[in-house]
Amino acid sequence: HLLPGPGGDMQWCFSQVKGAIDDDVAEADIISTVEFNQTGELLATGDKGGRNKNQPQFRSEYNVYSTFQSHEPEFDYLKSLEIEEKINKIRWLPQKNAAHFLLSTNDKTIKLWKISERDKRPDGYNLKEDDGRYKDPNSITSLRVPVLIPMDLMVEASPRRVFANAHTYHINSISVNSDNETYLSADDLRINLWHLEITDRSFNIVDIKPANMEDLTEVITAAEFHPLQCNTFVYSSSKGTIRLCDMRNAALCDKHSKLFEEPEDPSNRSFFSEIISSISDVKFSHNGRYMMTRDYLSVKIWDLNMETRPVETYQVHEYLRSKLCSLYENDCIFDKFECCWNGDDSVVMTGSYNNFFRMFDRGQHRDVTLEASRENSKPLQVLKPRKVCAGGKRKKDEISVDSLDFNKKILHTAWHPQDNIIAVATTNNLYIFQDKVN
Amino acid sequence: MSATSTAMEVNAEARRILAVSISKLYASRTQRGGLRLHRSLLVSLVMRSARDIYHASRESEAPGAPTPQEPMDSSPSSEEQKQLPPQEAEPAQTEPQCALSPAPQTAVEAEECACDSEITEDKENMSPAARQSRKRRSKASAAPDFLPSKRARLEPGEERYAAPLGSCRVGAAETHGDLHQRVPGHSDDSGWVKTTEIDPLTGTRTETERPWKFEGETGSVS
Repeated sequence: HLLPGPGGDMQWCFSQVKGAIDDDVAEADIISTVEFNQTGELLATGDKGGRNKNQPQFRSEYNVYSTFQSHEPEFDYLKSLEIEEKINKIRWLPQKNAAHFLLSTNDKTIKLWKISERDKRPDGYNLKEDDGRYKDPNSITSLRVPVLIPMDLMVEASPRRVFANAHTYHINSISVNSDNETYLSADDLRINLWHLEITDRSFNIVDIKPANMEDLTEVITAAEFHPLQCNTFVYSSSKGTIRLCDMRNAALCDKHSKLFEEPEDPSNRSFFSEIISSISDVKFSHNGRYMMTRDYLSVKIWDLNMETRPVETYQVHEYLRSKLCSLYENDCIFDKFECCWNGDDSVVMTGSYNNFFRMFDRGQHRDVTLEASRENSKPLQVLKPRKVCAGGKRKKDEISVDSLDFNKKILHTAWHPQDNIIAVATTNNLYIFQDKVN
Repeated sequence: MSATSTAMEVNAEARRILAVSISKLYASRTQRGGLRLHRSLLVSLVMRSARDIYHASRESEAPGAPTPQEPMDSSPSSEEQKQLPPQEAEPAQTEPQCALSPAPQTAVEAEECACDSEITEDKENMSPAARQSRKRRSKASAAPDFLPSKRARLEPGEERYAAPLGSCRVGAAETHGDLHQRVPGHSDDSGWVKTTEIDPLTGTRTETERPWKFEGETGSVS
């Protein structure tokens, strides 16, 4: 069917790509998270090697600003377990002064990093030599005030807080509260509330661990604070449910205020129904009225006032439904795709395989499939919509399901909070696209 | 006839999924970063579904009907994709029940072992059925034939599970069909372990004691 323009009236063009070109991907370079800060001025990526890269925007281009090793591999001697340094999530704090702060987490430990610029240094101390040695007091005959002189820009990242030892299971989410004082961290079975200033204590606000682990039937897969109401947060589960909790009700929010669940379609029942209904990401809309969930095959938009079913459902790659057994064997069925909203909540985006990503325009009821690839990476090259042929006769320019490369997956995407600029992470490359109009 | 072959297809599919799931659970124990609770849970849910389907279809086939899986004197039927030694067919019918009923708990057990030292002591109080998975099977009650095992070999001309997409492969973990657990605290070679065996058909319990031997990680995983 004919669409006047992909993704609404947006025409997406290639802007930049970062990362190694060759196909031999180093494990440490695999991008594990992507996040814009609140102004869109900075873009952070985390990778499996525990590194954080921050890129500021300058004339619509993002260039590496600072790279630092956020987490190192650790070993838990008590449990004989290695703790990976892979960064699971990064969340920026709203900016309060010249420095930028972000929270970065691996499986067990969350760290607050301060990123600051230094472009001046003091010169001419009264009591010290230039190299820092103290002068002989008898040689000082006059008063001298140091002056700040320019120097080459240096970006420093320093860890300001380390929030450790609060999670027995693997951390999957962190979320900063709108009060700018607290944040939550969620693992498979528990959610903890922290104060940004206090590292030796956290409050457990959700605990779904059963008394007998043999009775375990579901785990927490993602959690997020409401963008405007500081008392409200949601968490999603492996069973496809989302619970909204109000922290004013009780200290322990095991009882949800709302439970969002869509009954399963019995005609779609298979061995893998449970796996594909597991929610891999949950995101509130910017206006706080909706939330979006991502499960293996679809994106659902929920109105916070309606718990019985989503208000919108978008199929990301329905053609995979008949391939679930193979996707189980090659582990792809466990891939955790994220999703994101654009600035005005009119379009949502998520990734797929073969380096495809999908955008759904809610207002215009249109969707588009685009591809992040080096072949389409000439400056300002417009991305051509892609189409997957589910069966039957394959048209020209269509790709058949069996030709899709399941090793090329886009799990992490981010949308600039104001402009139509998107960051799309393939395995080890970061692509930045922008709307032609921009 | 078509109903039977569909039931057989479902049966074969269920068995294949069971085998794949068990290898995944086994492989996940050596993964860097420790066991993933979420993933283990999902795999065990799939296994449970597959096991239920498998048993349901076996029951519908079993009484009197001449199926290729009938044991004793028939040679492996050409309809069977997998090797099925006739003499093991009967025990195989009951074996999965004891091999697999602890499996969903096994996933959780394994994670529990690795991730949560505070509930180590609960292992002492675990139900016998769950602990059954540690029991080393004697030759008489051999592992289900379709599980990856050192003894399983393809007959010439037989094919492995066909996997059309990408680089999917069935993990060919070499196991003995049972899932050993490394019990925290048992770092020495001495000590006795009491195990309870439940006969899957009659439900009778037999308790045995045997010396515990520390098991290292066995087998190679592709």
